[in-house]
Amino acid sequence: MTKIEDNCIRLEFKSLPENVALARVVIASLVSQVDTTLNDLEEIKVAVSEAVSNAIVHGYQNNTTETVIVEGEIKQGILKVSIEDTGIGIENIEEAMTPAFSTSPDRMGLGFVFMKSFMDEVEVFSEPGKGTKVVLTKKLINSGSCALAAN
Amino acid sequence: MVTVKIKNDNLIIKVFGELDLVVAKEFRETVDKILMDKPVKNLILDLSQVSFIDSSGLGALLGRYKLVQQKGGKMSIFGANPQVFRILDLSGVRKIIPVFQTEDLELEKRRANQ
Repeated sequence: MTKIEDNCIRLEFKSLPENVALARVVIASLVSQVDTTLNDLEEIKVAVSEAVSNAIVHGYQNNTTETVIVEGEIKQGILKVSIEDTGIGIENIEEAMTPAFSTSPDRMGLGFVFMKSFMDEVEVFSEPGKGTKVVLTKKLINSGSCALAAN
Repeated sequence: MVTVKIKNDNLIIKVFGELDLVVAKEFRETVDKILMDKPVKNLILDLSQVSFIDSSGLGALLGRYKLVQQKGGKMSIFGANPQVFRILDLSGVRKIIPVFQTEDLELEKRRANQ
C-alpha cells in the first residue's frame, strides 16, 4: 500500500461554466491519491460542482470575467475544500441553505442540500457585496484503514 | 453533447458526458427549440452516456418536464448509470419523472397505452 502524504492544491480560474468540470476533476484527482471509495469520490465531485456552480451562477450572476479560487487539502485522511468568490455575497445564509430555495427559476435549490448530504461539514462565510467562501470537509479514511496504518 | 431522434410524436434525446452547468444549457436550448418547432408531444431521455449529474442538470430535466406537461405530453428517462440513478433518486426527481431501463421498453409501454 502506498504511503499517504498530506497534500494540497490551489486552483484559480475564470468564472466560466466550463471550469466547473475542471474544478471537480482536479479535486477528484487529489482525493484519488487516497484509498477512498468510488462512492465518496462521486459524492465529493457533486459537492464541489454545486459550490463552484453557485459561485458562478449566484455569486457572479453568470459574469464570466471574474475569478473563483478553489483550494483542496488532505491532512491525516481528512479532505477540506474551499470555494471562494468575490461576488455579490449571500444576504441570508440560513435561507440560502433551505432545501428548494433558489433565486433562479430554472434551478432546483438543491446545491446546499447535496453539499450537506455528501460532505461531513459545510461552512459558509459570506458578506453581501464582498463575496462567499464555502468550506467542505469530509473524512476520507477510517481509523482502521490499511492506508492510514501505513502512514 | 446531445443527439436528437424523433419517432412519431416522441422526441428522444441522448445526452453525452457530464450533465452539469454547460451540458444542461445545451440540453435545455435543444429541447426547448424542438418542442416549439416540431409536432412532438413526449420526451424520452437517454442518459446511458451520462457519467455525472448535479443540480444544474436536474434543474434542466425538471424544467423540460414542466414544458412537456404543459403540452399534454409525458416525459421519461432511461439508461441512467448507478451514480446518476442515485442522484435522481436522492433528489426526488425519480418520484416525478419515470425512470426505465431501456428505450424500447419505454416506447413499447407508450404504444400499449395509445
